[in-house]
Amino acid sequence: MSSEEKRTWISALVGVVVPVVYLATVLTKMSGTDVARIAYVGPMLTAIGVGIGAGIVLTIVAAMVWPKDAGKTDERDREINRRGEYVGFYVMSVAAIVPLALAMAKVEHFWIAHALYLAFVLSALVSAAVKIVAYRRGW
Amino acid sequence: MGKPTRVTNSIRALRFANGEMTQAELADRIGVTRQTIIAIEQGRYSPSLEVAFQIARVFRVPLDDVFGYPDTEQ
Repeated sequence: MSSEEKRTWISALVGVVVPVVYLATVLTKMSGTDVARIAYVGPMLTAIGVGIGAGIVLTIVAAMVWPKDAGKTDERDREINRRGEYVGFYVMSVAAIVPLALAMAKVEHFWIAHALYLAFVLSALVSAAVKIVAYRRGW
Repeated sequence: MGKPTRVTNSIRALRFANGEMTQAELADRIGVTRQTIIAIEQGRYSPSLEVAFQIARVFRVPLDDVFGYPDTEQ
């Protein structure tokens, strides 16, 4: 497995685990509570920060465990990355319609922020999935 | 699922004919990862024209001896 494929797996892993933990944390606060009263900003910023940090740390760990492949990239990696980012961009573009519509409907900020967060997560996961399929099956 | 590319290649045979060159060795000589050589050999990736020429140059053969493309549409 090339270092770029490892990075893709890491971003997929982080893209699943961090949002699941975050949403589990926030959902436990939701039962019978007005969403406007839920303090989600801190946990959401923490989740975003942890997601970025975990991605960096795990990439460094992978480079230490497999130093021979570390940082090596070639035209296939670049093409796969381009394809994944391209699909991710379209997913983000479509998914961003939801928070836009919620903002226009003057819905609580809580829902707008979460719709946007989920759009980012969905886009990152689809992008990673496209890259992994391309690495495994080719095109 | 069929192979994603119709381009065929003789890299494996050429490696063995050239002193049993390893995939890693070939990858190092043309500046790609070993995984890319594996993907090309298995028909999972069509390399750029530049990499194709570099591979042919390593084996000192014309491009046609390394890569092929079937005449039929199927």
